[in-house]
Order: sequence, then C-alpha cells, then structure tokens
Amino acid sequence: MNLKTSTRQVDGVNIVDCSGRITLGEGSVVLRDQVKDLLSKGQKKILLNLGDVNYIDSSGIGELVSAYTTVKNQGGELKLLNLTKKVHDLLQITKLYTVFDVKDDETAAVKAFR
Amino acid sequence: MSGDRLSYKLDSTLETVDSAEQTANRVATESGFGEDEVMQISMAVREATVNAVLHGNAYDPEKKVELEFERTESDLVITIRDQGRGLDEKHIPNPLAPENLLKTSGRGIFLIRSFMDDVKITPSQSGTEIKLIKHVHGTPAGGKEASQ
Repeated sequence: MNLKTSTRQVDGVNIVDCSGRITLGEGSVVLRDQVKDLLSKGQKKILLNLGDVNYIDSSGIGELVSAYTTVKNQGGELKLLNLTKKVHDLLQITKLYTVFDVKDDETAAVKAFR
Repeated sequence: MSGDRLSYKLDSTLETVDSAEQTANRVATESGFGEDEVMQISMAVREATVNAVLHGNAYDPEKKVELEFERTESDLVITIRDQGRGLDEKHIPNPLAPENLLKTSGRGIFLIRSFMDDVKITPSQSGTEIKLIKHVHGTPAGGKEASQ
C-alpha cells in the first residue's frame, strides 16, 4: 500500500499521521510534498507519526533524513513518533536512531517541542 | 525455468522493483524462511533491483534486468544482473561514517550486506551481477518447489 498521510495540529505541533510504505517512488514523494507543504505555510514543528508505516526502504530512509535536515535548516524541529519494530530496527542498523528524536508517546512528544 | 530455479527478464522500471520484491517474498516464504528473514530477503532483493534499474540501467528501455532465484540444498541464491556500466563498490562511501549519516542516499548495498549471509558483487563492462545468498534453516512450506 502506498503512503497515505493526514495532518492535525495539537498545541501548535503539526502531527502527520502516516500509513503504508515509504519507498522509492510515490511513497517518498508523498512524504516530501507533505513536509514541503507544511513548511510553505510556516509550520515548522512537525511530528511524523509512523505507527502505521509497515515498510520503508533505503529511499524512504533517505526521505526521512531529507525531511529532518530540511526542517532543521529552516529553524524548525522534526521528530518521529510510534516507530514499528521494522522501522526501529532499520534506524538502529543505519545508526540513525540517535540522529532522530524518536518518541513513543504523543502527549510527551508534543510537549518536547520548544 | 526448471526445477528449483526461477528466472525473469524484466524492464528497467519502478514496477520491476515492486515485482522483484513481491516475487522474493513469495519464494522466501515457500523456502521455509521465517517472517523476519522473508522481510530481509525481499528488502535485499528490492534494494539490489533498485540499483540495477536506477544506477545500472538508468531506466533505459533497451536494457533489461535479469532476476534469478535458485534453491540449493543449503541456500537460497538470488542473482540480479543489469546492463549498466558496472558498479564500483569502492566508490560507495560508508553510510555509517559520521560525515555520511545525514546523506539521503548510499545505504542500499549496506542494507543488502546486513540482511544476507553472503553477497557477491561482480562488475564488468557489460553490467553488474549481484548474488545474494541466504542459508536455509527450515523446510519449504508445503514441501513444494517454488514455481512461477
């Protein structure tokens, strides 16, 4: 299943609920466009909820890195929420788990934004 | 195709990447691998096919990707060949090096090596062959050979 996203705002933080696969092609483009759209509206606090992302490939990992650096370079913050075991393991072996700010509780994650 | 060997000749498209992954998933399941190993094998095949389609054949409609699955007594051996200029692994930076962690690409071969028991990359002027090997621990599901 290709990636689907929907956004909601909680206390000034934009939560992007993602479901499906973040892979080369459409899945990566959907995520990129969603982050770009938020930044174009001046929304720089972004929490990617990956709880329903069951698959991610190296292109998808690259897209997460790109989103992270793009938001950071614009003075914003991007955090990850609710990683599935597969995505968690992939971030561990690629040593990206410590690069991203990963949360497993939405309320705590929202509060963690400055 | 005969016996426990399957082979495909595929176009250099994104559809080929998805198709290769799905076939790998099925063959690995039929070979008796567990859920985690099936995911690792199918992702390794996906990454190798992405390399073949994008970096090897560069989406050239004249160039094909060959995909082969062979089940031996001890291994599942998957071979992916492209018709590109030949991959030089020495030019791929280590994706775990601190200076490369925030790069947006360059993790495919690393993931392949992480997920498979043995990987042999043979570049040549007529393309690259990558052989992915996973040792078989269980027995094929239903006791039957993989079939197309």
